[in-house]
Amino acid sequence: MDMSIIGKIKPDFWNWQDMLSNSSRPVFKFRRMWKFTVLLMAVVSITPLIFMAVIDYHFTNKAVKSDILLRTSRLVSNTRRTISFFLAERKSALDFIVMDNEFDTLNNPEQLEIILKNLKDTFGGFVDIGVINSLGRHGNYVGPYQLMGKDYSNEKWFKLVMERGVYVSDVFLGFRNVPHIVVAIKHETSDNSFYVLRATLDTDRFYSHLSKIQISGGGDFFIINRKGVLQTPSRRYGKVLEKISLPIPEYAPKTMVFEEKDEFGRSLIIGYSYIENSPFILMVIKQKHEVMKPWYRNRIDLIGLLIFSIFMILIVILGVATFFVEKIHLADQKQTAIFHKVEYSNKMASLGRLAAGVAHEVNNPLAIINEKAGLIKDLFVYKQMYSEDKKLIGLVDSILSSVKRAGTITKRLLNFARHSDLSVETKTINIGETIQEVLGFMGKEAEYRSITVLVNVSDDIPSFENDKGRIQEIFLNLINNSFAAMDDGGHLNITAKCNYDKSSVSITVRDDGGGIPEDDMKRIFDPFFSTKTKKGGTGLGLSITYGLIQKIGGKIDVESEVGKGTSFTVTLPLKNL
Amino acid sequence: MVDDEHELVSALAERLSFRGIDADWVSTCNDAIKRLDYKLFDVAILDVKMPKMSGIDLKRALQKKCPTMKFIFMTGHGSQEDFKDCCEEAGAGYYLIKPVDIEALINKIKKVLKI
Repeated sequence: MDMSIIGKIKPDFWNWQDMLSNSSRPVFKFRRMWKFTVLLMAVVSITPLIFMAVIDYHFTNKAVKSDILLRTSRLVSNTRRTISFFLAERKSALDFIVMDNEFDTLNNPEQLEIILKNLKDTFGGFVDIGVINSLGRHGNYVGPYQLMGKDYSNEKWFKLVMERGVYVSDVFLGFRNVPHIVVAIKHETSDNSFYVLRATLDTDRFYSHLSKIQISGGGDFFIINRKGVLQTPSRRYGKVLEKISLPIPEYAPKTMVFEEKDEFGRSLIIGYSYIENSPFILMVIKQKHEVMKPWYRNRIDLIGLLIFSIFMILIVILGVATFFVEKIHLADQKQTAIFHKVEYSNKMASLGRLAAGVAHEVNNPLAIINEKAGLIKDLFVYKQMYSEDKKLIGLVDSILSSVKRAGTITKRLLNFARHSDLSVETKTINIGETIQEVLGFMGKEAEYRSITVLVNVSDDIPSFENDKGRIQEIFLNLINNSFAAMDDGGHLNITAKCNYDKSSVSITVRDDGGGIPEDDMKRIFDPFFSTKTKKGGTGLGLSITYGLIQKIGGKIDVESEVGKGTSFTVTLPLKNL
Repeated sequence: MVDDEHELVSALAERLSFRGIDADWVSTCNDAIKRLDYKLFDVAILDVKMPKMSGIDLKRALQKKCPTMKFIFMTGHGSQEDFKDCCEEAGAGYYLIKPVDIEALINKIKKVLKI
């Protein structure tokens, strides 16, 4: 099955190349030409296509990635602002309290309690509030813990508050094991002293801000402190107060976004921002492959289209190249055939001229010999000098008969010469009548040798225009040949019929003579090829016939079997020449 | 009889005379024309291809001199058909192809003189 498909689409010139690779003639290299054409066209059309596709892919990939990074960065920035604002709001609340109330008011437990209650009702999330003096000792306190009298002078956070004036703590598990943060501010008094107002916040509001943010691409939004401990829950990287498994990003004043590989080798997009005035780092982590999904889908489409295009281009190139090379191959074959014909024609023409020249030259001395010999004979007859000498008369007779033979040959040569250059003269021909006329010439010989002649001309052959003289000569030659090939008592069959679309008529001359051996079949139309040289044959009969047929626009085919007979089929066109 | 091959034409003339036909022969056209000054002939047998003058032109020249003379052409070159045409054009219906058969020649002479 496979073989026959390839056999069908394999072009003719492919095998032709092999056939002629043995000959010494230079052969137009079709296979090479085809390969070269296909290769060149493929390279020229596919290379830019691939090049463009690669560039397009590259740039689109880059654009998509940069878009993702930009969006992540914006998201982180916006969230950071929100959280900063949240913390700033809380700090401002404390600032207001401190500004709005005297130190004594704050130290009053009942007043402080009212303040706490107000804070809870308005801002929400405040768990406790307390005052710490400049020595670090916790004074007034309202809240669930036991912090009164506690000494913070050596605590790091107290030192930080003294330095910076504001402090935000890490998340810690506080009252009821719920995460809390502490916010403290320092207030400077008029007598160059200070006190610290400290409040604890639960992180519910804190979390709710974060969770309100819509995240695409399965991202993980969380806050860590500078030591990498999670301050808010993370989807993938641990629970609150656990250390995350990723490296802690370095300090940067703005939002940073970058690509990283996790411990499984998957690509991550990581965005982070340090939240100022707090120990917090905001982080968002997205899985690259999820974010890039739409791009990946497009990419597959793009590649698919590319492959399909290449495939189509190749098919077209192959088809076109095969088509044209095949055409060239055909044209080349035709050209070769025409060259052969022209060569043959030229040969025939010069042969003709040669023959004519020879014949003319030979005829003159022949004529002289003829007359002189005749004269000698006359001398015998009319002068009666040597009439008794039978031997001399015999010799003269043989001279005369040889001259006659030579004369026949020169006549034939001249006939041949004549036919190699004259043009056609047309008459209307009825093929049946013409055949009968020709047979008329042979009538006596057929009778004498008991040869049976059968003629079968079909009724539907129309009259047509052609050269009557030449047609007669063609059939005369063929019939002569048949007679010569047959023994006495043989049979000659002549049939004539139209072809299926009435464009030509075929006349077959069949004999039951000796037949033509296969080796000779190729050469029977060659001039000077003869099997009758002993009987005076010149070998010009069939080549003349062939030339005549060519001249009147027909063709001739031969079939033969040694011992059975030969048939020649002449096909003549019925339309005008 | 006029033919540039004198061997040929002499033999022919002799053979004709054996058969009772009085034949003169020359081998150039000028001689032929001059010969008519001496003698008149019933038939002229001319070769078609001769140097200096073609047989047809010679025939016209001779016919001027002797209008009642009949003509037969001889030719050494083949193309029977166009030779026939050319002879018909020239006004002679009689031609022979070399090598000439003596009997055929005599028949043609008889025919042309309507004997």
